[in-house]
Amino acid sequence: MTRPPAENDAAEPLSRRPAIRIHDLRKDFGELVAIDRISLEIARGEFFMIVGPSGCGKTTLLRILAGLETITSGAIDIATPSSQRPANSMIFQGDSIFPWMTVWSNAAYGLKMRGASSAIIKEVVGHYLACTGLTRFAAYYPHQLSGGMRQRVAIARAFANDPEILLMDEPFSALDAQNRLLLQEELLRIWEEHKKTVVFITHSVDEAVFLGDRIMVMTAQPGRAKAFVPVPLARPRNIMELQKSAEYGELIANIWASLRDEVQRARRREQEMTS
Amino acid sequence: MSVQTIAAGQRAAMSARARDRLLNVISPLALLLLWELCARFHFIDTRFFPAPSSVFATLIEMLRSGDLLAHTAISLQRLAYGTIVGALPALILGIAMGLNRPIRALFDPLIAATYPVPKSAILPLALLIFGLGEGSKIFMVAIGVFFPMVINTTTGVLGISKIYLDVGRNYKASRWNTFWTIALPGALPVIVTGLKLGIGIGLVLIAVAEMVGARSGLGYLIWSAWSTFAVEEMYVGLFAIAIIGFLITLGLNELERVIIPWKPE
Repeated sequence: MTRPPAENDAAEPLSRRPAIRIHDLRKDFGELVAIDRISLEIARGEFFMIVGPSGCGKTTLLRILAGLETITSGAIDIATPSSQRPANSMIFQGDSIFPWMTVWSNAAYGLKMRGASSAIIKEVVGHYLACTGLTRFAAYYPHQLSGGMRQRVAIARAFANDPEILLMDEPFSALDAQNRLLLQEELLRIWEEHKKTVVFITHSVDEAVFLGDRIMVMTAQPGRAKAFVPVPLARPRNIMELQKSAEYGELIANIWASLRDEVQRARRREQEMTS
Repeated sequence: MSVQTIAAGQRAAMSARARDRLLNVISPLALLLLWELCARFHFIDTRFFPAPSSVFATLIEMLRSGDLLAHTAISLQRLAYGTIVGALPALILGIAMGLNRPIRALFDPLIAATYPVPKSAILPLALLIFGLGEGSKIFMVAIGVFFPMVINTTTGVLGISKIYLDVGRNYKASRWNTFWTIALPGALPVIVTGLKLGIGIGLVLIAVAEMVGARSGLGYLIWSAWSTFAVEEMYVGLFAIAIIGFLITLGLNELERVIIPWKPE
């Protein structure tokens, strides 16, 4: 992956540098162009949302940021102000916590891999298990937990790792509506405390508006940036209050209008491929 | 109303389990009884099928003289050493093959080509190389354990969901930690199955190896009983092997429960 050294950034104070800078990114899988000409900057502490039809390359983009995929061309610059802390932690779509570890060991995984002292592990993991309401379940194995609790373990694991950037790939998509709402609120509450940079993929427009500072709408394959929509809603946000406001409804309508064409295009393409 | 139905259902399940356990005990006892009766009334040739009671008397006698325990101990020792010698390299090679494509490409054809060779057919070669001492016995067990272990370990590692390896990479797990925290525990249920299969084959091979080139062990006991026509002793040897196999299976099931606490019942 090309990550050009940031030599000329010396004049730019670290705090004002964007957390992520992507320039003219392209990713091919053989013949298929997954991501094409994406350029964007994500500010430090920004809650950045990506919505797009399925197969538009959103997950690929996130995996590139996580260092799990190489890029075909373009440049990515991820600011790493502190060498002590990891650049990013990813919360994967679906079950990703280790079935063979207890809740505690799962949450401690990142810190253990970094060789953190046991005192620090105890403090940090204890804190985030409390945040996610899992303290009582520290000694449980994942198969003893519900899907929502397992995803909370994944969130605790990512936060406990204390990364610069949190990458979240549809983390709540497998949950029922009630659990999703509760976890969204919990995520916002933890995020308000620490203000980490978050890149969050979703296919739900509601979720994007409820959580995000800014939303990127992607086109159907090849994935391009179709629109960037700022979300000027005050924080802390309350979903009940939001749903009553006209501003919220208008944002949803706008984004959905932009997204609908792409979803339809993706659907037509699928039909062409299967027929 | 519905609560009562559930309770009744549970009672039915309990009694079904109790009944299964009872049937499990009854079937071998019934067979022994039938055998005893047939022997007593000379429906079967007692030169080949001596009555269980006379086999039992011989068993007591052999236990008292210490012969049986000595032969059992030496066989178990060979089985244990052979299992370690066969399982450890198989475990390491299997995990390496599971994690690393070139290593897999390198060793796959070798294993595919050598696996179908009947292990007992290698015994003369083992005797040639290792002589009549302990080496040839341990080698035979080791080779029996090696194949199911290496095949199951590779399969187990390959079967680990890719997402867990991605998590390891994302959290910057070192090669050693990937092995220790993801590959090994992730493949462990399949590995333990391989170990069970391997020890079963090892038990067969140790008996065969002791028949040909040994002066001790349960295989030797059975073989020398044949050559002196001490049929009761032969049955004692056979029972001893059967019981060892049964106890090892029980022990490994227990071990599995302890080292794989995350496996749902």
